[in-house]
Amino acid sequence: MLEIKNLHVEIDGKKILNGLTLTIHPGEVAAIMGPNGSGKSTLSYVIAGKEDYTVTEGDILLNGNSILEMEANERAAAGLFLAFQYPLEIPGVATMTFLKAAMNAQAKARGETELSPGDFMRKVRGAAEKLGINPDMLKRPLNVGFSGGEKKRMEILQMTLLDPAYCILDETDSGLDIDALRIVAEGVNALRGAGRGMLVITHYQRLLDHIVPDKVHVMAKGRIVKSGGPELAHELEKDGYANYVEAA
Amino acid sequence: MAPAVVQMRTPAETALIERFEAEKAGLPGAAAERAAAFERFKAKGLPSKRVEAYHYTDLRALMRQAPEAGSQSLPAPKAPAGVTIQSLAEALAGGFRPGLAMGKAEDVVVDLNTAFMREGLVIRVAAGTAVAEPLVLDVAHASRHGRVIVEIGAAASVTLVETHSGADGVAYSSNHVVELILGEGAKVEHIRVNAAGNEALVLSTLAASLAAEAELMSLNFSLGGAVSRHQSFITYAGENAKLDLRGVTMIRGRQHCDNTLVVDHAVPHGTSRELFRTVADDEAHGVFQGKIIVRPHAQKTDGQMASNALLLGDEAAMSNKPELEIFADDVVCAHGATCGALEESQLFYLMARGLPRAEAEALLVEAFLGEVLEAVSDEALRDSLSARITEWLAARQAA
Repeated sequence: MLEIKNLHVEIDGKKILNGLTLTIHPGEVAAIMGPNGSGKSTLSYVIAGKEDYTVTEGDILLNGNSILEMEANERAAAGLFLAFQYPLEIPGVATMTFLKAAMNAQAKARGETELSPGDFMRKVRGAAEKLGINPDMLKRPLNVGFSGGEKKRMEILQMTLLDPAYCILDETDSGLDIDALRIVAEGVNALRGAGRGMLVITHYQRLLDHIVPDKVHVMAKGRIVKSGGPELAHELEKDGYANYVEAA
Repeated sequence: MAPAVVQMRTPAETALIERFEAEKAGLPGAAAERAAAFERFKAKGLPSKRVEAYHYTDLRALMRQAPEAGSQSLPAPKAPAGVTIQSLAEALAGGFRPGLAMGKAEDVVVDLNTAFMREGLVIRVAAGTAVAEPLVLDVAHASRHGRVIVEIGAAASVTLVETHSGADGVAYSSNHVVELILGEGAKVEHIRVNAAGNEALVLSTLAASLAAEAELMSLNFSLGGAVSRHQSFITYAGENAKLDLRGVTMIRGRQHCDNTLVVDHAVPHGTSRELFRTVADDEAHGVFQGKIIVRPHAQKTDGQMASNALLLGDEAAMSNKPELEIFADDVVCAHGATCGALEESQLFYLMARGLPRAEAEALLVEAFLGEVLEAVSDEALRDSLSARITEWLAARQAA
């Protein structure tokens, strides 16, 4: 279970999250919808362990244990994965080299044995093929010169290979055309179930037509202001966020 | 009349003067060149930071004692077919003239080497010879004033590797000069590895002259020494020659490493590329001084110079001084210098995938430096340089 309890977060003295509480159960797909500036990306960064933010109050618990004192890499090894809204370009580091380093680092942190080079290659190639990723792309430096769609597919490839317990997808639909969106959504849906929790952060309802959530939470001014089922996303699409922002 | 200002001789200068008087009769050949070079040194003394070219590396202050007398030999590699190797002493005694690759450049470190040079080699690669295996020179720290002169005949090709190594904890100094004289269409890769001991003062110079259509790639791969200064003086003697000058510098503790280069486009249609990357940890200080001269008739010159530094330590510093002196009007020349820390956003991305911070940093540093190695065509050689980078980073992680 991933629990966010009364979370208050600041950056450079500016308050962004304001008592946010949210629980994601194993196997559950939760969506967070909210207008720009409501703190959605901050929430994803704070869960993943970005250092620029200060948690002034509250806690984040993964299976009952606080993760606030853990480094980003320790959180990853504990089973958290953030699919970035803007995946970083890493010049000079071949994608394959990076994937291997990440998988080995996590295996090492968990005391597991590393995959053999043959098993690693087979696993990567298989997962890449399902996402329509050209094998040549894996030889290129990570994300360098990749299109928006290619970068997002690369995030889902990493998510598939690292096999996390909880995934946070930050605006995964941004910058995608409808075909790319479908491929990415299929990749995400393939990872649903098996006790894996997901938090899908989005501004638009469009993504939730493809990744249908179990629960929808509306976020405004740094906290959750309403929760409901998938139908809440359709209401928002029709009526907009204005009522919630005013109420918050 | 105002009295002339006379600077006091430093102990190192005094010792060098005494030594030259005592040794000169026994030095092999080139007596006139030695005497002239020594007079230039005597007139100017060791350069202090007031001398522009030595502003960041004050040799007057840094050279506390004169280099001890060196060994007399520099082990020669086995000569492959088409290559002859002669000892410097023998060549000089036979009337061979050193210093031809220096062009118009003048430098006091080279002058000191010319005055005292003893151990060394003259290597000749016959025209049209393609030497398959790299020629490797192992320069131990007992070698003080080595001079290696390589004449590469027309359309010949060769890779030359110099590895300078020495024991840690020994305060020695060395001053080595390599001259490369490239014939028409000759192709040379030159890799210098500075793995000198941690208390060494390491002075080294590459002087090269490029005939028409010649191509030179030279990489200074530097991680040793307490204070290192590597100078490159490149002169274009013929048209359409290509130069690719590179540097990888990894320094830490209180190491100081200076790469100073003067690229002299004396003729039209020359191309030059300079790519120097420095990684400085702790309180280390990197220096890059790059001057591209385009002479009045050297039209269609194409020069691009870049120096990029990554500062890993809070107290680490980099001094970048790129200079263009352009006297022709139809040229393309550019330079760029950057200096900064590792990108926090990239580090976070890698850490969010499970890489511990030190490992993420190492991956980014390897990528930053690795690009410079791409010009090394011999795969085994490139791998061995990569391995040195990995080793350096592993030692950093372990610290």
